[in-house]
Amino acid sequence: MSVLETGSILTGNRLRDGAVVYLDRTGNWTMSIDTAAVALEKAAEAALIRHGEAAVRNNLVTEAYLVAVTRENGTVIPRDRRERIRHTGPTVVYRAGTPLLIAAE
Amino acid sequence: MYRYDEFDARFVADRAAQFRDQAERRLAGELTEDEFKPFRLMNGLYLQLHAYMLRVAIPYGTLSSRQMEKLAEIAERFDRGYGHFTTRQNIQYNWIKLDAAADILDALAEVDMHAIQTSGNCIRNVTTDHWAGAAVNELADPRPVAELLRQWSSLHPEFSFLPRKFKIAVTGAPADRAAVKVHDIGLRLHLNGSGERGWEVIVGGGQGRTPVIGITVRDFLPESELLGYLEAIMRVYNLHGRRDNKYKARIKILVRELGTEEFSRQVEEEYARQARPRAELDARELARIAAYFAPPAFEDLPRVSTTLENARLDNREFARWLKVNTAPHRQPGYAIVNISLKPAGGIPGDATADEMRAVAALARQFSFDELRVSHHQNLVLPHVKQDDLFAVWQALKDAGLATANVGLASDIIACPGLDYCALATARSIPVAQGLSRRFADLDRQQAIGPLRINISGCINACGHHHVGHIGILGLEKKGEEFYQITIGGSSSEDAAIGSIVGPGFAADEVPDAIERIVETYLELRLSPEETFIAAVKRLGSTPFKERLYATAEGR
Amino acid sequence: MRLLKDGDFIADHWVLADADWRTLPDTADIIVPFKVLLADWKALRARPGRLGVDFANVERAEALKTFIADLDLVAVVFPSFTDGRGFSLARALRRLGFAGELRATGNVLPDQLAFLIQVGFDAVATSPRFAPETWLKAAGAMSLAYQAAPDRRHVWRARHGGEEPWFEQPHAG
Repeated sequence: MSVLETGSILTGNRLRDGAVVYLDRTGNWTMSIDTAAVALEKAAEAALIRHGEAAVRNNLVTEAYLVAVTRENGTVIPRDRRERIRHTGPTVVYRAGTPLLIAAE
Repeated sequence: MYRYDEFDARFVADRAAQFRDQAERRLAGELTEDEFKPFRLMNGLYLQLHAYMLRVAIPYGTLSSRQMEKLAEIAERFDRGYGHFTTRQNIQYNWIKLDAAADILDALAEVDMHAIQTSGNCIRNVTTDHWAGAAVNELADPRPVAELLRQWSSLHPEFSFLPRKFKIAVTGAPADRAAVKVHDIGLRLHLNGSGERGWEVIVGGGQGRTPVIGITVRDFLPESELLGYLEAIMRVYNLHGRRDNKYKARIKILVRELGTEEFSRQVEEEYARQARPRAELDARELARIAAYFAPPAFEDLPRVSTTLENARLDNREFARWLKVNTAPHRQPGYAIVNISLKPAGGIPGDATADEMRAVAALARQFSFDELRVSHHQNLVLPHVKQDDLFAVWQALKDAGLATANVGLASDIIACPGLDYCALATARSIPVAQGLSRRFADLDRQQAIGPLRINISGCINACGHHHVGHIGILGLEKKGEEFYQITIGGSSSEDAAIGSIVGPGFAADEVPDAIERIVETYLELRLSPEETFIAAVKRLGSTPFKERLYATAEGR
Repeated sequence: MRLLKDGDFIADHWVLADADWRTLPDTADIIVPFKVLLADWKALRARPGRLGVDFANVERAEALKTFIADLDLVAVVFPSFTDGRGFSLARALRRLGFAGELRATGNVLPDQLAFLIQVGFDAVATSPRFAPETWLKAAGAMSLAYQAAPDRRHVWRARHGGEEPWFEQPHAG
């Protein structure tokens, strides 16, 4: 039986390349949203925010903020469309054969 | 077109080196993000949803084949193989890394290009008529003045930390293809009875959250006074524009709050305070620049090309492209070629590196090495011999760039929207793609006639939806994207802001809604010669609203 | 704070004063707020020590017109480095004929130094956040300018010859 959890993760853009990253459970920044640390209550959220502020001070990310998510069967999905697009990339379908389509695959 | 001398070259090289130093200091933590951000923006580097975006300046939308090839190279070396041409005649790359940006600026400097002031609270790219120097009824090529303004505004020590961004547009033709009435400052060239040149100065136009048409503060400013007068306007704005509220910080708000009379008075007062030693220097520099914009070495050709006529009669597809995508040229025997970057279902304004190179090759061979970027996210070959049009069309066809839809329903202008932009509320590209597929039939598009559809993904209106014949604004309600439609906007000399037709539509309802509006037009127009926008002006928006919502569910 | 003046770091002999300026020696070089200048003008002017004014960037340059001949220093305050009013204010003050020390105080970054010099500041109260070398390097980051500039940096002058007219010079006199 799968459990649907709701909570928050911390995200930002990596300073040097602008990549969308998430704070994972080891305190590192990852592009993989499923390994993001999910805060299920306020105290945990506060801890995430503190981590984020440190990461900004250490010039790892440009800013860090909380994103509301659901997690089910290990899959983390942001509740906000903007954050879903930030994770998956542009939703647009490119013409076949273009470099972008190849890069996106 | 303008060519850099040693000073221009040194300037962009210095600026690129300065940015390299700034980026290194940022990465080393010597500058905080808040400190770095304005300087990063002043070099055109945004942080968007997925990565940094670099907006490269294409001054007044003019570039050479060599420059276009460099843009292609940058797309491949530093991005994902494509770029996006914007509504302000620039190009954007969406997948840039901060630690590579300085290398890109160095690469651009090799071909006299840069990303100076394409963002930030400073004076942005001075835009102009994309048919400058080629259009039939142009009074004079506005680009020397645009180049003068570009230099004057580059790293201007007073105006690099304005209350907000500042956009200037210039036109030298009675038909305004530069939308001067919806810019912070718009300049229109006039000639007086003695043939002398003077500039109408229009201030306080703009789109965004509070769209407004600009006011004329001077009807006929002598050209030698341009920079002095503009400095007076900028100084009044710099000192008195609002800095407490980002959404009320444009000059259009200041003009409205002071009123036209008081605003003019303050500008004139500031202008009167200036000593006037500069007019002579400005005139000399303008004359030096103007020499670069002398017409190319046109051949003496007959007005009508028999080669062209034969090709037209021979090939229906070519004939259609000729009719839709080309425009008359002031030089007999020549034509203006518009290249559509709006294939059916494509992403408006995007071009791959290969497409950029194809267009560059055509410019080199057929258009005196010159290209333009239009405000409609398309490209232009400004000076093509009529004799060569068939060959150009064939080459464009081979490159997949011959969609005969320029100015028609599927020539849609759309901002990047929520797929790319950190400011967006809703996606715009999928809506554009859906519409472009729905209206793909070229016969039908020609039957409808000229129709400008603009889509913005948020109220910042970078898609210029307020001045679309049909405008579509992406919003959000209860977590769902929905789209508000406006009609009757126009960016030309009879500029107008479109009016909202009624409640918004879901994304999948938009094509049907636009169809209903178009059908209403086709039913009510006096003749095929009455364009969509003319019909809307004549009829008002009521008949369109009534039919649009006649069978729609309540919302 | 380290005072950067005419390209060098020097000791700052100026003293910030307020309505209590009479408690200071009358030979001291003092900087008073504008409202104090207005209130105590006659007495301030009579002092042997030099006189400066602390000028908020919301003031109009013209408000200093009658005082300029007797002022030795004007300090323009930048409340935020993104607030560019001080640049126009400095330009206007130089145009009014102010020939004394024009000092930028408050929030300015080394990356703005070239702009500050170009509009007529000859002194900057620099933040200790940035190393002195960063400030010194910043002055020369751009070797050319497209607008009137000191030190023959103006591109159009280089192209067409001639000096900046006296009243276009940021630091005339």
